Amino acid sequence: MTQPVTGTSATAAPLDLRAAIAAILDPEVPVVTIEDLGILREVLVDEQARTVNVLITPTYSGCPAMDAIRAHIEHVARRHGYAATVQTRLSPAWTTDWLSAAGRDKLREFGIAPPGQRSEAVPRPVGLSLMARRVTCPLCGSVDTQEISRFGSTACKALRRCNSCREPFDEFKAI
Amino acid sequence: MNENAIDATAIDPMGISSSATSVAAAYCLQLGDDALIYAQRLGEWISRAPQIEEDMALGNVGLDLLGQARVLLTRAGELDGTGRSEDDLAYLRDEREFHNVHLVEQERSDFGFEMARMLWFSAYQCELYAALATSSDETIAGVAAKAVKEVDYHRDHASQWVLRLGDGTSASHARMQESLERVAPHVAELFEDDSVSVAAAEAGVGTLPSSLWDSAFGHVSRVVAQATLTLPAGSTWHSRGGRNGIHSRPMGYLLAEMQHIARSHPGATW
Repeated sequence: MTQPVTGTSATAAPLDLRAAIAAILDPEVPVVTIEDLGILREVLVDEQARTVNVLITPTYSGCPAMDAIRAHIEHVARRHGYAATVQTRLSPAWTTDWLSAAGRDKLREFGIAPPGQRSEAVPRPVGLSLMARRVTCPLCGSVDTQEISRFGSTACKALRRCNSCREPFDEFKAI
Repeated sequence: MNENAIDATAIDPMGISSSATSVAAAYCLQLGDDALIYAQRLGEWISRAPQIEEDMALGNVGLDLLGQARVLLTRAGELDGTGRSEDDLAYLRDEREFHNVHLVEQERSDFGFEMARMLWFSAYQCELYAALATSSDETIAGVAAKAVKEVDYHRDHASQWVLRLGDGTSASHARMQESLERVAPHVAELFEDDSVSVAAAEAGVGTLPSSLWDSAFGHVSRVVAQATLTLPAGSTWHSRGGRNGIHSRPMGYLLAEMQHIARSHPGATW
């Protein structure tokens, strides 16, 4: 994806506007777009009023990136000559299952292990296992990796280490 | 259980009629206050945790709770007809107008105490949000369906630490056991059916706290047993009153810290 903000004229077609909004990058993981992440749910354009209503679903309740994303959407819409209202849709709740295949590839290339199977699909006794999930190292491809910290640099990530190449890496948590 | 059963309007600080809307507003307020006040306590751990990973972990748990609180308090302000924003509710209410339980306002202590508190609180929240996913209030249902996944992760985190510390060295075992005992008097209040919850459950908006006890207790007792610890036998007293705005000593200090900038600079924005 190219940079989202281009010098498009105010007469841009809605298709361009939608594409420009969809191409906005996540501020915390600036290789995946908000569309890749599944945050962008709907873009509704009113041509006559020159307004656009954008529906987004937050990843985590307290994710601070949402404010930045909201501001970025308004900015992009303004560049295209539209006034944007950005609404948050809570239901259905965001899940890592909405991450696109392209998004997963981009994460891996960026050095972040993409989310695996959601654990709620697997019945757990008490959730007391000291982490036996298999996560592939995005740097060398080894499956011999271990969790260092269950919470990483952002709400959506955990920290792991590869026992083969010895490099630490982020893992996108499956929720 | 239901000793505080008084009319919902009687405890409403704004004196709003007890219509379904104001019941939902009062219910959002108490759920939001629990999340907000615990988020504030967890934020205190940043730079104070035993390791940097726990700084991040406790900060992240607090951030999830703050996000939940923001949605719930915003909803409370919409429903109660006062037009108050999430910030008005967080920064401009006085102690008696907060409806959180005493558990979340207790002072930060050692790491074992925090894990004992988080184990109970997240076990409670897991059952709560699972039940609220079918609330007749769309916002409550939405935030619950989302938050249940977050608090499940919190519960897992606390469970693993209680296991490590309980089944660790003799020193960590003793301190974890002592932490369970210090938290114990503040547990029952979480599961008490206060008048707002009862009215909210009747209206299909909320759920009875007492109905969450069996599952939450089941989780905690399994973790505690596996950690070779013992759940304290019923304590001789337990905290009460938080849902009615009666708080313990640490609450005023917490609010002073949380609110002083907003109150010193009224209306200031970034």
